[in-house]
Amino acid sequence: MSFSLYVEVLIQGVLSGLVYGLMALGLSVIFGVVRVVNFAHGEFAVLAMYCAFVLFGLAGVDPIIASIPLAIAFFVLGYAMQRGMVQPFVTRPQHEQFILLVGVALVITNGLLLVFGPESKHVDLPYSFDSYTVAGVLIDKVRVYGAAAALAVTAALFAFFRFTSTGTAIRASADNLTGAAVVGLDVKRLYAISFGLGLACVGAAGSIMMALTDMTPMLAPSLTLLAFTIVIVGGLGSMTGALAGGLLIGVAEAVASLVVSPAIKSMVSFGLLVLVLALRPQGLFGKAES
Amino acid sequence: MKGALSFLTPRSTIALLVCGVALLIAPFVVDRYTLSIILLALLGTYLGQAWNILMGYCGLLSLGHALYLGLGAYASAILFVNYGVGPWLSVFVAMALAIGAAAVLGWLGFRFRIEDVYFSLLTIAFAEIVRIGFDNWSFVGGAAGFFLPVNASLSHQWWNLRGGPLFFYYLALAMAVASLVIAAVLRSSKLGYAFLAIREDPQAARALGVNINRTRFLALFISAAMTAVGGVYLAFWTNNLFPAQILETSKSIEIILAPIIGGLGTLMGPFVGAFLLVPLGSALTDGLRAIGLSAPGVKALVYGLILMAIIAATPNGIWPWLARKLGLEAREP
Amino acid sequence: MTALLEVVDVVKRFRGLTAVDSVSLSVEDGEIFAIIGPNGAGKTTLFNLIAGVYAPDEGEVRYAGARIDGQEPEQICAAGIARTFQIVKPFPDLSVRDNVAIGAMLRAPDMTAARAQGDEILRKLDLFDKSAQKAGSLTLPDRKRLEVARALATKPRIILLDEVMAGLRPTETDRMVGVLRDINRHDKLTIVMIEHVMRAVMALADRVHVLHHGASIAEGAPQEVTKDARVIESYLGMKAAH
Ligand SMILES: Nc1ncnc2c1ncn2[C@@H]1O[C@H](COP(=O)(O)OP(=O)(O)O)[C@@H](O)[C@H]1O
Ligand SMILES: [Mg+2]
Repeated sequence: MSFSLYVEVLIQGVLSGLVYGLMALGLSVIFGVVRVVNFAHGEFAVLAMYCAFVLFGLAGVDPIIASIPLAIAFFVLGYAMQRGMVQPFVTRPQHEQFILLVGVALVITNGLLLVFGPESKHVDLPYSFDSYTVAGVLIDKVRVYGAAAALAVTAALFAFFRFTSTGTAIRASADNLTGAAVVGLDVKRLYAISFGLGLACVGAAGSIMMALTDMTPMLAPSLTLLAFTIVIVGGLGSMTGALAGGLLIGVAEAVASLVVSPAIKSMVSFGLLVLVLALRPQGLFGKAES
Repeated sequence: MKGALSFLTPRSTIALLVCGVALLIAPFVVDRYTLSIILLALLGTYLGQAWNILMGYCGLLSLGHALYLGLGAYASAILFVNYGVGPWLSVFVAMALAIGAAAVLGWLGFRFRIEDVYFSLLTIAFAEIVRIGFDNWSFVGGAAGFFLPVNASLSHQWWNLRGGPLFFYYLALAMAVASLVIAAVLRSSKLGYAFLAIREDPQAARALGVNINRTRFLALFISAAMTAVGGVYLAFWTNNLFPAQILETSKSIEIILAPIIGGLGTLMGPFVGAFLLVPLGSALTDGLRAIGLSAPGVKALVYGLILMAIIAATPNGIWPWLARKLGLEAREP
Repeated sequence: MTALLEVVDVVKRFRGLTAVDSVSLSVEDGEIFAIIGPNGAGKTTLFNLIAGVYAPDEGEVRYAGARIDGQEPEQICAAGIARTFQIVKPFPDLSVRDNVAIGAMLRAPDMTAARAQGDEILRKLDLFDKSAQKAGSLTLPDRKRLEVARALATKPRIILLDEVMAGLRPTETDRMVGVLRDINRHDKLTIVMIEHVMRAVMALADRVHVLHHGASIAEGAPQEVTKDARVIESYLGMKAAH
């Protein structure tokens, strides 16, 4: 194996990692603010993939472009879900939250299975097989576009949290819930916005993924797990951690596929997970408990 | 033992006896298809009870119990096929393996005071690691599966679990009853109360002298070992094992449905839940088939809706409510 | 008399804040020892250091001559030091009776014995009538009593009581004072109590130790300490101002 092949794989890992990171970011935002683990996260990603698939089939919309309208649609979905379904569970025991979202996950996956069947689906983009050649290294065009879109959405989210008053309020309520309520912030609304933003991330990421891989409803649990692995490695609730975790896992899986076998790539990320939990249980960017 | 039964009122003793007798004579009353449904419900009761000991009593949410089921099943199947070791012996290997896996999980999960979420996520991750490993490990048959010989000449070696439907039915009944007895004995023992204390408030439990690490390990070991025994049964009953079935997260979720719907942390919850869900599931499949639909997702979709409805409406499950209606509430010991 | 519990120069810091700043005290066997001080003085943190919730950053905790700092809470309870929580921690979904039985099972051979021992303590604390209720449904004063009952059930030699009188009505306070005096005299239980209710402190304590901003500012008999100018300024005066 040549050196340039390794570089290629590394770059590919980074590019996929950015998309993974965006998906995991959604999980981290939801947990960081609402303190609910979205057990149906991968299911929402797959739902977004199917939406992108349908948009492409009906109107020929490039899934990477579709990531913008889908992010908005998923924001609305998330906002409504938090308001109408998850909110009463915020103060309930953790296992009840889990079970609710397991129910949601089952409904999404099997609903998709009913409508679309188990066959794997993919979209053929005009540039699906194009690539750039930089210094003898091949880089897939579609991955570059996908990563750029993911980066753009991520940047928008960070900017939202940094520069808008709502974003600042959400960060305040994540740090100190009672404090936030005392100074008169409408915590329920902030929760709904956060859940919406979390799903917007996963909506955009899912849409982008549709351009990159084949997909079936059965993919959902493994995507949920991927998102979990990333946020635990990065540190549950940390936004930077989710991104760094995404990159790390993206690269680790890409390298593992090349060096060992594609089939066991997710074992490598689980291995990484176990390693992180053994050495630094709060995750790479997580805050240690006092 | 006497303490373990002290929760029984005369009324509930009679109810239990009626259930017991009905299950004992069922093979002579119902057809084979119905019997197979009851068998599945009994198995669900058993596995649900094993999981309930961990979650319902000790408050540890495992979403990866398929791991112990799969380890038990594969261990006994491989020992039988490749080394001629019978299930009555290999069941101990199965339990030991499950306990070993649980020990690693517990070591990672309990050593640092990791938040509850982490423990649950870790259980899924562990089960998935093993599933993917088994999918790609040719020694255990990989994704293509591992098969036990189905050979007519062996069919009466009951000591090798090679029996007919009746044999497997009574075995499942015995396991379900045994799990109920184990749970009842635990529930009235010091260990069981230590479980409850940890579930309710770990910090208060420690302040009263409960060693929470040791106790959590014990809960995990008991639950894992019991589940592994269920795996041995499953291996010899179905005769084929696929990582995508027995080690899948959906299997873990199937295990936990019955106790949650029946009533977490109650003795009868897993039983009530299983005898509600399993017939419902097959009625659903049958009904769909009758109207010419063989949609693979419908059953799981309905399960999902049931889960959401139950957890939103009665998070404590059906049994506490049902017991009140039937006047079968437990007596204060 | 000999020192049963000794705290020697313990320090505990949380990030920037020094919650307990080089505190030393010595509690004698059979004594009733009170710790007072304004909110945030570090009293609960000191209990947490004795009970093993935290290990001190500096200093030592000795019990019956042996070092116990750094041990786990369950070890310290098993050794004979029980504690209550200021912010009560009942097992909400269990009956009052089971709550106390869980405390008693530490030294009881089985649950039947634990329950019998627990019932006796419930009677002593006027909770027996409510033993079938879920602990989560109790009123705050009853929850405070349950904290004491549960800790007593572990049959300790020393009991650490963290503001168990708070929220009790005067008659209930007197009743609790009576109970504590009784267990101190008859069961030879050493009591260390954090208490804001001065009426109870004056009635019970052999000695009072005053903390302020994490540091010890006075120690002595109740009548002396309440006359100390610094104490009046930092604590009693503050209360009077309210
Ligand atoms: N776990 C903790 N983390 C950070 N600060 C703490 C913690 N526990 C107590 N403190 C701080 O230590 C100081 C002393 O608290 P505490 O011991 O509860 O006081 P008291 O019981 O005398 O009212 C307070 O300023 C409190 O905020
Ligand atoms: Mg305090």
